[in-house]
Amino acid sequence: MMNANSPAFPPAAADALVACHDCDLLYRKRPLREGEKARCGRCGALLYARKSNSIERALTLALAALILFGLANAFPLLDFQFQGRGQQSSVLSGVWELYAQGMWALAAVVFVASILAPLLKILALLYVLLPLRVGRRPWRMAWVFRWIETLHPWAMTEVYLLGVLVAFVKLSDIATIVPGVALYSFAALIVAMAATDAALEPEAIWERLETRR
Amino acid sequence: MTPSSLPITAARTGLVRCHACHLLSRWKPPPSGGHLLCPRCGADLHLRKPDSMARAWALTLAAFILYIPANTLPIMTVVSMGHGEPDTILSGVRVLVAGGLWPLALLVFFASIVVPVLKLVALTYLLVSVRRKSRWRPRDRTVLYRITEAVGRWSMIDVFMISILVALVKLGAIATIEPGAGALAFAAVVVVTMFAAMSFDPRLIWDALENPNER
Repeated sequence: MMNANSPAFPPAAADALVACHDCDLLYRKRPLREGEKARCGRCGALLYARKSNSIERALTLALAALILFGLANAFPLLDFQFQGRGQQSSVLSGVWELYAQGMWALAAVVFVASILAPLLKILALLYVLLPLRVGRRPWRMAWVFRWIETLHPWAMTEVYLLGVLVAFVKLSDIATIVPGVALYSFAALIVAMAATDAALEPEAIWERLETRR
Repeated sequence: MTPSSLPITAARTGLVRCHACHLLSRWKPPPSGGHLLCPRCGADLHLRKPDSMARAWALTLAAFILYIPANTLPIMTVVSMGHGEPDTILSGVRVLVAGGLWPLALLVFFASIVVPVLKLVALTYLLVSVRRKSRWRPRDRTVLYRITEAVGRWSMIDVFMISILVALVKLGAIATIEPGAGALAFAAVVVVTMFAAMSFDPRLIWDALENPNER
């Protein structure tokens, strides 16, 4: 139902035009072939893109990411051996140790960036993509899908892996460090998450909401 | 490819782009305290990010202040045989260089020192140039903004490294690693500059080109 105050623009006109995210210039939309991208001629920002089988591919990759996320968190990242003594470290134990030493704010930042944001992002994607794949629209889809974009900059899986590698090299001088299953899972998780983002075409998802107007 | 552009911005045409789902809607100022919602996805509509300049300035200044303890306080302390050796961001890089770990030293130097400084300088420059309604190279300044937004998260390498070291090196009296207050200040610089970059609206760079009669 639309009230008189609704800002809705005639659907045909709204679909025919697009404004640049970075400089606000208006464009008349042109249909793209699969794999093509439209860029702003004034500032170079991406206007829109068309990807093949976006939902199927993004869904498959997000499922793979979920499995890899489980492996990356269930197993130790690094195994530290020094004069017969050993200590293993996982993503969660790093967070826990910061918290145990009284740095709860730092523990929270590491927890959000390495565990919470990536997990929520993968789950939110699956929540939206799985029903869409079988032709249903998930409850509160717009709200969930908006959150994916908000979470994106805070999911720092790839930065985390570099931090682990720096720790690895620093310690390998003084002790024996054995990389664990989680380290390889983490590397694969980064590839899966980047591929999911690359496969996803947000416009195609938003267009599924159109019928509501 | 570049589709055909109309020589006018959405705002000039009375249209507003939804920041979430990108749908164009007709702009009408909401009554004070009210919201104009996107008819498709329900997000709040704004012609430009709300209070963009004030928020970005406040967060950038906060980051400048936090930058001082982040670099002077120890980010971690290696306690060995009862003797503590504090490490700052800079001394961490120096240790890597002394150990001959050049590629790693370069990576940490870039992520922990170059990126935060450049980010603060870039944000300040963008804010000053928008305030002065500069018309100089808007496209390059937009690219600078995009880089600033994309690169900030990489500074977290040191923070993540500390969380791993603290969990691994627990050898009782032989050696333990304790996180330092500098690490918290450093993480705060990264988070606060990320928020600063998010609240800055690059369209403000282009708005200065809108009124050719001004200035």
